[in-house]
Amino acid sequence: MITTNIETVPGRTVLEHYGIVQGSTIRAKHIGRDLAAGLKNLVGGELRGYTELLQEARDEAFERMLEQARELGANAVVNVRFATSSVTSGASEILCYGTAVLVE
Amino acid sequence: MYPLLQLLIPLGLLVLGWSVGSLLEARHYRRIGQREAQHHHVPVTNERKLWNPEFVVAESRLVRGQVVISVDYFKRFLAALRALFGGEVHSYSSLLDRGRREALLRMREQFPQADIFINLRFETSTISSGQGRAIGTVEVLAYGTGVRYAESIRPPAVPDIPA
Repeated sequence: MITTNIETVPGRTVLEHYGIVQGSTIRAKHIGRDLAAGLKNLVGGELRGYTELLQEARDEAFERMLEQARELGANAVVNVRFATSSVTSGASEILCYGTAVLVE
Repeated sequence: MYPLLQLLIPLGLLVLGWSVGSLLEARHYRRIGQREAQHHHVPVTNERKLWNPEFVVAESRLVRGQVVISVDYFKRFLAALRALFGGEVHSYSSLLDRGRREALLRMREQFPQADIFINLRFETSTISSGQGRAIGTVEVLAYGTGVRYAESIRPPAVPDIPA
């Protein structure tokens, strides 16, 4: 599965469009990570626990989007976008969407 | 004794935040500088088209890099002071600068063979501690499309960006 965030796949011709595909996940952080982050907050710097959490969430959303594309018979997803929104306090939604296409 | 303690603890945290915080920041900047030097010959652009459309493309894929980064206690205190008077919050600009550069580097490290990265996008979101309170922590996501040419012809190198 090829993915890009431009309208085409460079060097390939798009044969067919299947429309929008998307994947999303809503994640909450757990207390252990919160405590470690609270301590790290004093001195600043990267909060690795949170980075991992959001990375996993984005991988999950991305994978769900690809799953949809596969079901449609696509072999590429173009114009992929990511969006993040906080649903409630302490939880956020990661959305990933794009257009499923068939390339040569 | 108790009121004295009440004063000493925040003061201690301020000193800790300032000393360890600036040490860590300097170290992070040094690492960012070294890694940027390794990658500077590969151009990154937010244009959607390839600079050399005549080159044969061997591979292209979506790449992304992300980081969650937070300011120290001292800078948070400075920002709170700044909120009283208004104006530019200098203590937070290094936070966002570090976050963006780190995320961009992680994105580039995902595809070391790439000859160019096009359509770069940044997305920034704040992390709250619950109850809707922002805690001076941001998440930065950088994503784009990495392209590798068939013959590894590198497009003309872009000028060096001083660290």
